[in-house]
Amino acid sequence: RRLRTCWDNMAFTLYSLIQAAILCVNAVAVLHEERFLTKIGWGVDQSVGGFGDEPGIKVQLMNLVRSVRTVMRVPLIAVNSVCIVLLLLFG
Amino acid sequence: MDLPHHGYRASKQRGRAAPPAGDSVLFEDTSSAAPAMNNQGYYTPGYNMGGTSNDMQGGAGVNNLFTDPMANAAMMYGSSLANQGKDMVNKEISRFMSVNKLKYFFAVDTRYVLKKLMILMFPYTHQDWEVRYHRDTPLTPRQDVNAPDLYIPTMAFITYILLAGMALGIQKRFSPEVLGLCASTALVWIIIEVLVMLLSLYLLTVHSDLSTFDLIAYSGYKYVGMIFTVLCGLLFGSDGYFVALAWSSCALMFFIVRSLKMKILPSLSSDSMGMGSSAKPQLRLYITVATAVFQPIIIYWLTSHLVR
Repeated sequence: RRLRTCWDNMAFTLYSLIQAAILCVNAVAVLHEERFLTKIGWGVDQSVGGFGDEPGIKVQLMNLVRSVRTVMRVPLIAVNSVCIVLLLLFG
Repeated sequence: MDLPHHGYRASKQRGRAAPPAGDSVLFEDTSSAAPAMNNQGYYTPGYNMGGTSNDMQGGAGVNNLFTDPMANAAMMYGSSLANQGKDMVNKEISRFMSVNKLKYFFAVDTRYVLKKLMILMFPYTHQDWEVRYHRDTPLTPRQDVNAPDLYIPTMAFITYILLAGMALGIQKRFSPEVLGLCASTALVWIIIEVLVMLLSLYLLTVHSDLSTFDLIAYSGYKYVGMIFTVLCGLLFGSDGYFVALAWSSCALMFFIVRSLKMKILPSLSSDSMGMGSSAKPQLRLYITVATAVFQPIIIYWLTSHLVR
């Protein structure tokens, strides 16, 4: 019995991976530019650093957040709507 | 896809009486004589399906072909449709990933596979870990034993799934859903690991030439260690499992560190960025070591339930 529950806890399915991915991308997409990111110093206008060839981790992370928000805005609307409908129908 | 058509043509010439039209499209009718005709049909690739009929046999069989023009027309239409479908599928797939790059990873031979498996299990005596290049393109795995390939990870993954099914069957815990669950769990862990690696390489602006397929290959090599561990666990019990786990973990950690060190860590003689990169080699080293340390953890996580 105990072994069975241990196996069930760790068993991933592709569906759970998709769920986790959707949740993470949603979390990145709700970070508002002016209300939140500039307040903590992560706005995009604060990322123009030195003109060296190697931007730091923080700049890369800010660029990543901004690009994820720009690219995934419209697909996320569609994916979230589909998820809401499916969860309402099938629980 | 032209070969069955040629076989069909050859069989049609030999005996019009025996098989009906739709019967032996996939199987050559070798019941009658002259297999040489079959060979001729194979060696002339099908540029013009109508014209090869004259080349194959002297003159006597020509009449047999044109007795059924509808079948000829249908066959030519079908073959052209199949070619169109094939082209379309190739075009669509090549939009997402380049098939040539994928073919590079499967260009292996027996000698390479044997040497690579030995290196994976015992990497301590291997001297030269550089991936050799040939005018800016990396050599195929056939010519360079250090090149990553995708054949071994794929086969090892499938073997691991089969072994997991067998191990669960020995413990009488088997059911077909568990097999699919095991497969998708292992696949999910590979995807997670590759994504984390890609993210960390991007954040630290490591300009290496590690493509996604390379990372998939390197993270798929742990399945060889897993298979070895599970086998020892099944054969020799719990003690054998832990001994094999320790052995394959050390070997795999050594292998990963030595392989990725060449690609991730900068060669100190190339560029002389003094100030900005003081933190960089450390972080790159952390990435390499973290990848290596992750391997035994995931091996234990994915195999411990199989050998209790």
